[in-house]
Amino acid sequence: MKTLALLATLCTGALLLYGTKDFPAWGDPQSPANSYLSPKYIEHAVQETHVPNLVTAVLGDYRGYDTMFETVVIYCAGMAVVSVLRRNRSQ
Amino acid sequence: MKQLQEKAKQRQLGDSLIIKTAVRLMVPFIQLFGLYVIVHGHYSPGGGFQGGVILGASFILLALAFDMKTSFKHMSEKVNAILGNLGAAIFIGVGLICALVGGLFLDYSALNIIIPLGPVEWRSFGIFLVEVGVGLAVMSIMVLLYWNISSSGKMDEGL
Amino acid sequence: MIWQIDLMILTLVVICALATITIKDLLGAAVVFGVYSFLMCLLWAEMGAVDVAFTEATVGAGISTILYIGAILRTTRRSKD
Repeated sequence: MKTLALLATLCTGALLLYGTKDFPAWGDPQSPANSYLSPKYIEHAVQETHVPNLVTAVLGDYRGYDTMFETVVIYCAGMAVVSVLRRNRSQ
Repeated sequence: MKQLQEKAKQRQLGDSLIIKTAVRLMVPFIQLFGLYVIVHGHYSPGGGFQGGVILGASFILLALAFDMKTSFKHMSEKVNAILGNLGAAIFIGVGLICALVGGLFLDYSALNIIIPLGPVEWRSFGIFLVEVGVGLAVMSIMVLLYWNISSSGKMDEGL
Repeated sequence: MIWQIDLMILTLVVICALATITIKDLLGAAVVFGVYSFLMCLLWAEMGAVDVAFTEATVGAGISTILYIGAILRTTRRSKD
């Protein structure tokens, strides 16, 4: 069973490594992610939001829904832990 | 682990004067740094999430070095719950107010109708409001997770 | 991006990841996992993603290690397998 698991892990790892061959190089300006949307943010974000840190501008303004649901996920995790673990002192 | 716990209880291994004094000196500076990370997120790396985690870590450090009663003295369970819900409500409330005054949901420039600062300045300030909400929510949830997990829900004694 | 530093950190990351799943003592595994998180933080910072590195350092190396140790305190220290 253990050798089977190791074989499956190795196969998945080899497939993933093979998949990374199609990735663009690190910091490649011609890659798809860097050629359509990123230049727009870099050119207009400071004018439109007056926030010098681009990451904060994107996280808080352009991608506000992402940050909102990130907070909701954290909140749900806290509520789940409380509802499972919390016990009253009287019991 | 059980033996270690009993040994610690007998010989008061957790009561080290050096650790207590160091933590008492460190906690105000950690909290100040957390506030700095939240507020200065516009200009440097950081923001609501990281600053909230640092603020929560300061309370967890208090509970680790002293005991859970001391951390309740600084932030009781009720205050913690209020802050957590307030943080999540600030975020969604800002978005809802934007929608109510005529803009899109989470489009902070619509808030210009309420206080005329200029739409661009409102987008900057709206990000700040949202970051404060995220910081409060994350801080209280992290402390809540530590309290519940380390005392298995009884909230009497922790690590 | 300096490839010597990259190679060093990546080697240590792989060693820490293998150590985390092989150590039988769960408290030690939690600490090694904290080391892994901190090395990942160094890797992010070295690649220029400072915000991600900050999050990794605070959440991965700070809070999650404490939560693991709290959970180990309430369960067992030895792994069964």
